[in-house]
Amino acid sequence: MEALQLFLDTLLSTLRDVLPIAGIIFGFQLLVIRRPVANLKKVLIGFGYVLLGLALFLIGLEEALFPLGKLMAEQLTDPAFILGEGVSRALLWDDYLWVYLFAFAIGFATTLAEPALIAVAIKAQNVSAGAISVWGLRTAVAIGVAIGLALGTYRIVTGTPLHYYIIAGYIVVIIQTLYAPKLIIALAYDSGGVTTSTVTVPLVTALGLGLASTVPGRSPLLDGFGLIAFASLFPIMSVMGYAQLSDWRARRNGRHDNAGE
Amino acid sequence: MPSLLRPFMDSLRDLAPIILVIAFFQLVVLQQPLPELGALLSGTLMVVLGLTLFVRGLETGLFPLGESMAYAFARKGSLFWLLAFAFALGFGTTVAEPALIAVAAEAAEVAAAGGMIANSEAAREGYAVGLRITVALSVGFAIVLGVLRILKGWPIQYLIIGGYLGVVVMTAFAPREIIGIAYDSGGVTTSTITVPLVTALGVGLASSIKGRNPLVDGFGLIAFASLTPMIFVMAFGMVIG
Repeated sequence: MEALQLFLDTLLSTLRDVLPIAGIIFGFQLLVIRRPVANLKKVLIGFGYVLLGLALFLIGLEEALFPLGKLMAEQLTDPAFILGEGVSRALLWDDYLWVYLFAFAIGFATTLAEPALIAVAIKAQNVSAGAISVWGLRTAVAIGVAIGLALGTYRIVTGTPLHYYIIAGYIVVIIQTLYAPKLIIALAYDSGGVTTSTVTVPLVTALGLGLASTVPGRSPLLDGFGLIAFASLFPIMSVMGYAQLSDWRARRNGRHDNAGE
Repeated sequence: MPSLLRPFMDSLRDLAPIILVIAFFQLVVLQQPLPELGALLSGTLMVVLGLTLFVRGLETGLFPLGESMAYAFARKGSLFWLLAFAFALGFGTTVAEPALIAVAAEAAEVAAAGGMIANSEAAREGYAVGLRITVALSVGFAIVLGVLRILKGWPIQYLIIGGYLGVVVMTAFAPREIIGIAYDSGGVTTSTITVPLVTALGVGLASSIKGRNPLVDGFGLIAFASLTPMIFVMAFGMVIG
């Protein structure tokens, strides 16, 4: 009974999130475009799938993965775990190696399951006639998020200002933009925005707050933020890097073939 | 039913890394047993099923809808209505976004703790609502700008680099407390339902206009939607503080 209640509540709140979107779309469709939606029945069924799917997805995460993930984030950042029981000394940045590794691994894994990224990857594969594969893009983005989060936790531990990292990241992105294949640029910029939604944000927030409240001298209010910014910036670099790498390999192979003739 | 089996296996494969990471850290690093194995398994099953249905719904519902609207607007040829739609979509989907509501509430706490606003319920509430409207306006503006870019064929990098410059300049002047929140607000604006719709809209527009490449010109709307909130939120912080 309780499970059913939870299911209905979640479905209802998902519905509430979708309502403004549906209102805007159908409003414009009826008042401005003034044409019936093509395959209306199919589209509505699709909307139904999306709603139901998202509700199930969120309940499953809430029930199973989030509590455990948050608990682990707290335990890993706890000084008692880092130093072992009964030891007490000042913590250095390299005492937190497991935290960086956890941030890396969980960033990689949650990004692979991020529904919004799956959507963009499917679209990119269709539009590029398969040149950009769903898996290639998702892996590239996941590596970017992983590196970003590892670096982001390192920043919280050391307490260096967030904007130094972000501005340095921008400079790298701008330099990469000059050299990356033109086809990938817009997609790479987009992949920064899609990485952080349903799955990644709650876990990452727990990690950031856990760290900021246990590392001496950090305030959760001031230093707990910023991980999401890292997770949105680094995929831009990794996706462009992935395209540059495939481009470079293709060219090298091409040259190799020419030399063989 | 067999047609659902393959996507189901795909979703299972998508989730396997999360389960592996959690199991490894719990069992090997923290050396603790997995609590409530039953709930963990049933929860995972729900996540897998949910992801399967979501992907199926994308392809039958959200993608075709976004694309057919793009074609309809392109055929209608009214720039005003297209831009009005773009703004409404950006603003409407963001203002009620749960992740943003959560971040705005936290930001209000920070502002109150930092002495930027009075530490009362009403002041915090007002601050959070102001922040949400600011971010929603910025996303509406971003989608309008992104749609204009697709229509005119402007190269995306100049706009993005201009946006980066905006962020850097604003960082120099914004109050320190707002910077972390501003940078994060760029990431939380784009929800799981907005992204597929906006992507389908952009790609649909780019493929229905002569001389535009759907890959080069169709993507990029999300990028604007993650960049403008940073600038707008820092401006908000400067006005309040």
